[in-house]
Amino acid sequence: MTGNLLEIRDLHKRYGEVEVLKGVDCTMQQGDVISIIGSSGSGKTTMLRCINMLEEFQGGSIRIDGEEIGYETMGGARRRKKEKEIARQRAMTGMAFQQFNLFPHMSAAENVMLGLVKVKGMARDEARGVAEKWLDRVGLAERRDRYPGQLSGGQQQRVAIARAIAMNPKLMLFDEVTSALDPELVNEVLQVIKDLARDGMSMLLVTHEMRFAFEVSNRVIFMNQGRIGEEGNPREMFIKPQTERLAEFLKTSTFN
Amino acid sequence: MGYTLNFSAVWRSFDQLLWGLGLSLALAFVAIAIGCVLGLITAFGLLSKQGALRHPARIYVTIIRNTPILVLVLFTFFAMPQMGIRLGKIESFVATLSVYSGAYLAEVFRGGLLAVPNGLKEAGLAIGLTQAQIRNSIVIPLMLRNVLPSLSSTMISLFKDTSLAAAIAVPELTFEARKINVETFRVIETWIVASCLYVATCSVLAALLRRLEKRMSIPR
Repeated sequence: MTGNLLEIRDLHKRYGEVEVLKGVDCTMQQGDVISIIGSSGSGKTTMLRCINMLEEFQGGSIRIDGEEIGYETMGGARRRKKEKEIARQRAMTGMAFQQFNLFPHMSAAENVMLGLVKVKGMARDEARGVAEKWLDRVGLAERRDRYPGQLSGGQQQRVAIARAIAMNPKLMLFDEVTSALDPELVNEVLQVIKDLARDGMSMLLVTHEMRFAFEVSNRVIFMNQGRIGEEGNPREMFIKPQTERLAEFLKTSTFN
Repeated sequence: MGYTLNFSAVWRSFDQLLWGLGLSLALAFVAIAIGCVLGLITAFGLLSKQGALRHPARIYVTIIRNTPILVLVLFTFFAMPQMGIRLGKIESFVATLSVYSGAYLAEVFRGGLLAVPNGLKEAGLAIGLTQAQIRNSIVIPLMLRNVLPSLSSTMISLFKDTSLAAAIAVPELTFEARKINVETFRVIETWIVASCLYVATCSVLAALLRRLEKRMSIPR
């Protein structure tokens, strides 16, 4: 309807009495790469998790390609969509997690294949082909029959990204994907994300890697206490922050 | 004392003991199979957010685990017919042991389910799997791997519990041994041989389960 890939309007999220998102608005176009930065507890991960309904939210709306996510309003009453419908909507986005969350009893290829077979209804042979293609893209063609426990953290995270991308999502969500990695393994993961950005993948990244956010994104959102504190292109924001909060936050962040 | 060991009388009836052992194994196998299904359903019930599922599961497990199995066996066989439920002795015992093993396995499975990291379920949700698909492809396979070590001791216990079927004259190993004991008066010999058969069977079961555990273990 609006032509926006993602449209978040007045998003409110509460855990009991504590409001963690206090009205967030955000729009995103096809091909945008947006980094969400901010101190811990500012609501950036929660916002990301609302987009694929890993978190419930109590107010506002999220639309992907014009389609309302998670809830519908019928006769003035807002209610959660059916589980099957939500599962279908979740497949419109892909997500990579801080802790990788690979299925430990499946090989790298099987991890990627599971969604292709169960959600997309692909035949196993075809799914295997797609899985191998994506594992090759993240540089793990030779490791496709290894199990997660036999892979390094960086390799596991690349398999997890391949697993998400293979589903052909409209939008990729990255939740602090390098935070659990040893420093020497961070770059191989960031490189994969950069390659995806170059290919035109729309991405929303929660990250603590400021230099990476600076390099890869065309827009940065600074979250502060459950609201968007400031947003804009990374060059302007990092060099000339408009708010004191952001200036302070940038001072305590490292750019390595 | 004037007792000299003489196994010959027992050897003559050895076939009878082996048939008894066969029946013991069959009872255990059927009851554990039914118990696994009951236990799995109950385990999900115990972890359910809905009280309507959680409370009945909890009540079932609590009652069964706090009643001696011999009492359950006698109750099912002698008291249930008074309430209009009449079962043959083998059916009655299998029903009892199934319900009994269901309660124990439910606790074992519950522990295994709790040990499956939540992040894996979220990863399943994120690729668009339904709750049922996540349960079948991720949660249950990982739970089974988590519980295999403790499952084998539970299964061996349950196998040994088949000896209580002797109380209602099911002709399993213990019942047959008692019969031979009465017929031959070779008390020591009979019970030594019966015990050896139990020990040997349990050892084989344990070895088989260890092999299964190894085969199912996740490469790392």
